[in-house]
Amino acid sequence: MKRAAFILVLLIGLLLAWAAKDFPTWGDPHAPASSSPVSSHFISNTGVDTEVPNMVTAVLADYRGFDTMFETVVVFIAGLAVISILRGGPTRRTRDREFVVDFEPDLIVTNTVRLIVPVIQIFAFYVLAHGHVSPGGGFQGGVAMGASFILIALSWDLKTALTRFPIERCFTVAAVGIVIYAGIGLLSMALGGEFLDYAHLAKVLPVSPEMARYHAMLGVEIGVGFTVSAIMFALYASLSTDGRMQDGL
Amino acid sequence: MGLELFNTLILSLLVVVAVLSLWVRDLVVSAVIFAIYSFLMCLLWAEMGAVDVAFTEATVGAGVSTVVLIATIFNLKRKAKD
Repeated sequence: MKRAAFILVLLIGLLLAWAAKDFPTWGDPHAPASSSPVSSHFISNTGVDTEVPNMVTAVLADYRGFDTMFETVVVFIAGLAVISILRGGPTRRTRDREFVVDFEPDLIVTNTVRLIVPVIQIFAFYVLAHGHVSPGGGFQGGVAMGASFILIALSWDLKTALTRFPIERCFTVAAVGIVIYAGIGLLSMALGGEFLDYAHLAKVLPVSPEMARYHAMLGVEIGVGFTVSAIMFALYASLSTDGRMQDGL
Repeated sequence: MGLELFNTLILSLLVVVAVLSLWVRDLVVSAVIFAIYSFLMCLLWAEMGAVDVAFTEATVGAGVSTVVLIATIFNLKRKAKD
């Protein structure tokens, strides 16, 4: 059985390697992705339409805003699903775990973490707020933010992290993130545009329509960051404790 | 020439690391090797100029998913049976 699986994997690997030679070479100007009219439209119009230097963020949060909104909803629902499935199960405390972790937080580790957690969080805010100018954005900043709380949970214990970011607040923050995103979309609808058509926000903001799109992208990224950071921490808290939300690793 | 060498090195390391992560019995070691795989991918993305993707790979792939994997493994038996 194992041998058959190995041969099957080898065959499929060879098939993929054989197919890979049809790919365009890296940086090929005639590659389908480079020659399509959509790419050239974005390359020539992003700066004119939105004043956002980072084209990736402009495509993600503006041109494809609907897609990103539901990506955020997917993260939210996935987090809720994991937590509710694990929480509903029987409490199997007695199962033998191979690891017995000693619960005394280490002095060196906790003091190092005490120093670097503020730096991580400020960096997360920077990545989030600077996402439309440099690489980064809501997802990356949100994950860095969630990771800082996971680091607290790893170096002290989960209880310490949960006093700083209670699990109920995780859900509130995650939902608020989606409400921010959808709210910006609905606001532009209320102002006479289509859903997520940020240019119409210029009617309430004292800026040009292009700059309105720039600022709305920041708002949208903040919404994404809220949801992702809260769900990342809640996922860790749920998975590391088998859904019990206490003791931790 | 230098870039070519870099690409070859990283791509061959990727294959080695991918096989290694399936080879080892200890699931924690396997998860850590997955993190190495993600970092190599991150380097590759950054070298291709897709810095946004590299950033996501570094934070999600190498960072949080490793932690989540290890958190799950600690609630299981550590060694794979076969």
